[in-house]
Amino acid sequence: MSQSLEPVRTPRSHPLVQLILARLREFCREPSAIFWVYVFPLIMVVTLGVAFRNQSAEKYEVAVVSSKRADEVRAALADDARFKSRITDQEESRQLLRVGKVDVVIRVPDSALGECEYSYDPSRPGSVLARDAADDLLQRRAGRRDAFPATNREVSEPGGRYIDFLVPGLLGMGLMGGGMWGVGFAIVDMRMRKLLKRYLATPMRRGHFLAGIMLSRLAFTLPEVLVLLVCARLWFGVEIHGSLVTTCLLIMLGAFQFAGIGLLVASRAETLETVSGLMNLVMLPMWIASGIFFSVERFPPLVQPAIQCLPLTPLIEALRRVILEGAGLGSIGLQLATIVAWGTVTFVLALRWFRWN
Amino acid sequence: MSLAICCHQLFKTYASKPPVEAVRGIDLEVGQGECFGVLGPNGAGKTTTIEILEGLLAPTSGDVQLLGMRWQDHPDAIRQKIGISLQETQFSDKLTVLETLTLFRSFYKHGIDPRAAIAQVSLEEKADTWVKRLSGGQRQRLAVATALVGDPELLFLDEPTTGLDPQSRRQLWDVVRDFRRQGRTVLLTTHYMEEAERLCDKIAIVDHGKVIAMGTPRGLIAGLGGDHVVEFTLEATAAAPPPLDLWRGLPSVTSCLCEEGWYRLSVVQPHIVIPAVLDQLERLGLRLASLSTRHASLDDVFVRLTGHALESREEREV
Repeated sequence: MSQSLEPVRTPRSHPLVQLILARLREFCREPSAIFWVYVFPLIMVVTLGVAFRNQSAEKYEVAVVSSKRADEVRAALADDARFKSRITDQEESRQLLRVGKVDVVIRVPDSALGECEYSYDPSRPGSVLARDAADDLLQRRAGRRDAFPATNREVSEPGGRYIDFLVPGLLGMGLMGGGMWGVGFAIVDMRMRKLLKRYLATPMRRGHFLAGIMLSRLAFTLPEVLVLLVCARLWFGVEIHGSLVTTCLLIMLGAFQFAGIGLLVASRAETLETVSGLMNLVMLPMWIASGIFFSVERFPPLVQPAIQCLPLTPLIEALRRVILEGAGLGSIGLQLATIVAWGTVTFVLALRWFRWN
Repeated sequence: MSLAICCHQLFKTYASKPPVEAVRGIDLEVGQGECFGVLGPNGAGKTTTIEILEGLLAPTSGDVQLLGMRWQDHPDAIRQKIGISLQETQFSDKLTVLETLTLFRSFYKHGIDPRAAIAQVSLEEKADTWVKRLSGGQRQRLAVATALVGDPELLFLDEPTTGLDPQSRRQLWDVVRDFRRQGRTVLLTTHYMEEAERLCDKIAIVDHGKVIAMGTPRGLIAGLGGDHVVEFTLEATAAAPPPLDLWRGLPSVTSCLCEEGWYRLSVVQPHIVIPAVLDQLERLGLRLASLSTRHASLDDVFVRLTGHALESREEREV
């Protein structure tokens, strides 16, 4: 046996390198993992991007209650491209308004155009706008004049659209999901296979093992994030206004933070069911409150301190500032500190509480 | 001879309700170069004992020394010098045999080339195969290879052949014999008698967390007082079965047990006992259903010590 002793230790034979290599190999050989990590976020971007695309203002749906003068009203509306109208009876028009298929119902008496009655829903912005637009049109037809001339300039620049808001949010969400699931499931799976116990029986350093898991996580994250950013750029013209280096640094720190949290959540769980439940419990508040889909400011001031302490909130906030506003490192110091604190504290706690067998 | 393993008054009580006393005062001394077998039925405390020795479990009380070192003083030095195969480890499905062994090799300061470890367990053809595609026997040999790759002085194998077919079992025995030939120490647990008899220099029989007998396989069998066993069963009758003392009184019989209708006599000379048994049955008007004779085994030692069989009959016939 001793005749084949390995004489030289290359960097490749370092345990940390070998542990990272093993994780990378396992990951690359798992097609479903690739799908969830790379394709899923893309589907999200495309679906949401299409759903919330900046449409040219939608048409107002108008129902005109049939009467002798209904056709006259309808002809007036047909001249304006903003309106789409139909003639219905009283009962049907009420029905259409109730289910939201029309924005406003116009009833005009047989006698004169001047006594229109608008039915609309004041709680629906579209309904209110449609009422005002229709009224304005009919009043002008009847001879009203503007008191002064006004000009309109339409503004919609990249950076201010919903998709621009959404991409950093999805980036943060992807970092959270990838870190937590990627690390948590891998750990619990190894624990169930008694592989952790087997490692414990070797001279392997525990810190090497946990660091290997976290570092391999960072390695998966980079391509995942690149795919998302490149596609958002190509399809929706979402640009990174800040420095690329700062963006990458933020992404790496975000991945580090959530790998640490994933490690902690999985540090004692013994079954995949337990760890899934814990993961969802930890992630749910962040899905809702950390500003992935809408601004954190929508929540009342009372709960703001709690929301700001969640790990995902500062990450998304910092990503938006850098990507959308071109902020530099200096102005996101608080967020960076929070992220690093979360990652470090969870890693240390995980190292202490980790159950190997 | 210096000792590779020495443990003294080992106790392990699991805190549950009620507390489970898995190990209740075990003493073991294994000399360097020995192959030592810990034998016992499932639940006897074998795995708990071996995991305490391996440093995976802390004993409730007791003292353990491996190669002259204690776990609390030199954990890393001990880990560098021992190799372990757990009862059931599932290595990562999607790594190859060679990748798995290269990973394990990286944990040790000194060791052998992963390919040499593969050769020792005869898995050369499977070096580049994913673990997922290995048979049960091949996986078990991989587990032993991960124990060998650190070039250990001391090898722990926890039920290395449980659930394997006879051929895979023999292949593993060869691996253990090769290792021993280099003067190194092996401690294995098993509940297969044949394995212990063929492989081990010394055996401790464990039941209910205690060592109930220790010695060489030959010595333990000789302790029965007879080298042979005569077993028979009777056809069912309404009459009460004859008392065991009847058989004990026969010439050349050293002991007698009856378990689930099987009479088991330890005898010195079968050719004297069998005619005597037949005479007695004739006299009592009883008829034989079956009769067999064989060499005594460790199983008989176990039955003698505990009153119940170590392996079920079906298991023994596999």
